[in-house]
Amino acid sequence: MEAVLPLFVILPLGTAFLVPVLSRANERVADALGNLCMAALLAMSVFALLGGGEATYWMGGWRPVAGVPLGISLVLDGLSGLMLVAVNLIGLAATVYSISYMSRFTARSRYYCLFLLMVAGMNGAVLTGDLFNLFVFIEIASVASYALVAFGCRHEELEASFRYVVLGGAASTFVLLGVALLYARTGALNMAYVASVIGGAADPPVMMALALFVAGLGLKAALVPFHAWLPDAHPSAPAPISAMLSGVLIKAIGVYALVRLLYHVIGITPVSSNILLVLGALSMIGGVFLAVGQWDFKRLLAYHSISQIGYVILGIGLGTPLGVAAGLFHLVNHATFKSLLFLNAGAVEYRTGTRELRRMGGLASEMPVTGGTSMVASMSIAGVPPFNGFFSKLAIIIACVAAGRWGYAVWAVVVSLMTLASFTKVQKYGFFDKRADRPRASEAPASMCVAMLGLAVLCLAMGALWLPSVRSVALTPAAERVVAGPAAYSSLLAEADAPEE
Amino acid sequence: MIYSLVFVLFLVGLYGLLTKRNTMKIVISVIIMECAVNLFLVVLGWREGGAAPIVEPGGVAGGYVDPIPQALVLTSIVIGLGVIALMVALSLRLYERYGTFDIGRIRRLRG
Repeated sequence: MEAVLPLFVILPLGTAFLVPVLSRANERVADALGNLCMAALLAMSVFALLGGGEATYWMGGWRPVAGVPLGISLVLDGLSGLMLVAVNLIGLAATVYSISYMSRFTARSRYYCLFLLMVAGMNGAVLTGDLFNLFVFIEIASVASYALVAFGCRHEELEASFRYVVLGGAASTFVLLGVALLYARTGALNMAYVASVIGGAADPPVMMALALFVAGLGLKAALVPFHAWLPDAHPSAPAPISAMLSGVLIKAIGVYALVRLLYHVIGITPVSSNILLVLGALSMIGGVFLAVGQWDFKRLLAYHSISQIGYVILGIGLGTPLGVAAGLFHLVNHATFKSLLFLNAGAVEYRTGTRELRRMGGLASEMPVTGGTSMVASMSIAGVPPFNGFFSKLAIIIACVAAGRWGYAVWAVVVSLMTLASFTKVQKYGFFDKRADRPRASEAPASMCVAMLGLAVLCLAMGALWLPSVRSVALTPAAERVVAGPAAYSSLLAEADAPEE
Repeated sequence: MIYSLVFVLFLVGLYGLLTKRNTMKIVISVIIMECAVNLFLVVLGWREGGAAPIVEPGGVAGGYVDPIPQALVLTSIVIGLGVIALMVALSLRLYERYGTFDIGRIRRLRG
């Protein structure tokens, strides 16, 4: 198991290098390489999740000496396993979709190069057990995403990317300053070791680092009030990249990193738990209020991403096993239905050339696959029963009630209703309302349909993740790992300390 | 003392980021913030009278400075270089499209 861990970073990094070199003669080579790489990564991540257990890989063979870690480690546990599957699953859907979609753009090989760099950064960020290494991987993923947002090089894309890179750059300095403070406090960078040195103490350097992490990673995760860049940046990118950014990037380098640092390194306290709850509720409510008035399809989806990330943070912030499991469940569900919605928006734009809902109409009959899958995704995000979004929202609300947080539960219900209203509007104007001046369109190309259908099936099937027998494989280990706190995380290190033969 | 100077430098960068309207000045503000964090890391590893961290037989009298922050700073400078190169490229492209460096007049996106 350990030997697989470095491959999650090496494989996309190596392919990212090979793509521009090998696809000089024929751009189709880039398609093949990108898809093969993502398929292999998905297979490996499913294997890592189902293989269960925990594994630690020490880079370069620098194992800890007398319990003090010297080298950089990659750590696989339930939480990182779950994130790996989400990242690589959405990644594969996005590359399959790109085969047809990227014909609108030039420089296909550079696109795949940046895409794979982003995947390498995210895989590394969810696996690493080292504070500074986490910062480096976050930066790899971020820099690739800045460039991908500007990929089309039109006015709006450049403008959005500039705002994104300025705020993202500032967020990175916050994170690095937090890492430096923790190093000054503990003299170590290994997360498990830092956690055991801090031991849950709340002295000024640790609190300062906590504030810096919340601000820096909150910016990366686009929590209200740090959300200003997201509604510009996510719609401007090419559709598969929007799907990756909203679907997994803000979670892998924002939510995941925040959860890992708060729960496993600094240790969750009532104060930090309340910070998460308030930020979560603010994003949930703020995002949906801003979304309701939008007429640009992708911009509306971007605001809903803020709102749905609020649900995830709210669930995780509760700190109870049920709440954390529900938050993580909503995280993977949101990855599938939000990516699907962005792919739908891309398919509509590909055929009709518009993202303005008032200029669409009647597309459900002309683009049956796009219309049908967007219906599934809209029902999922709005929380209508047979789909996965219903189960995770219900679980979050139940968890709020069980924790005695009635106010948050009420807001979660209200926001869910407003989400439903907003997506009813999308379906009516975009896909059903047959106006006379509606655009004529045909169904999207095959590879795009395959990606959308795959994600739609997942939207239906993933409700099953909450069934007890399935949950015990995928969600419970991750949730237990989060709730167990720093002491349990540090024990991973002690296991790794066993002397070699 | 030196820590508070580093902190002031960081705040100078943050102030510039929040108030300046020229894209190039915004880029420079981010550079100042990154420099402040790098300086902070270097200062962390500094020891009074410490020698360069190259181990020699017998050791040195004053001990060594902490080598880890130096390694971190090298990495962080390289990352900063990448981000800033991208930022400068973007603001030049923005100038080509909009004919201005004024962020207040680069406003096509709304809401």
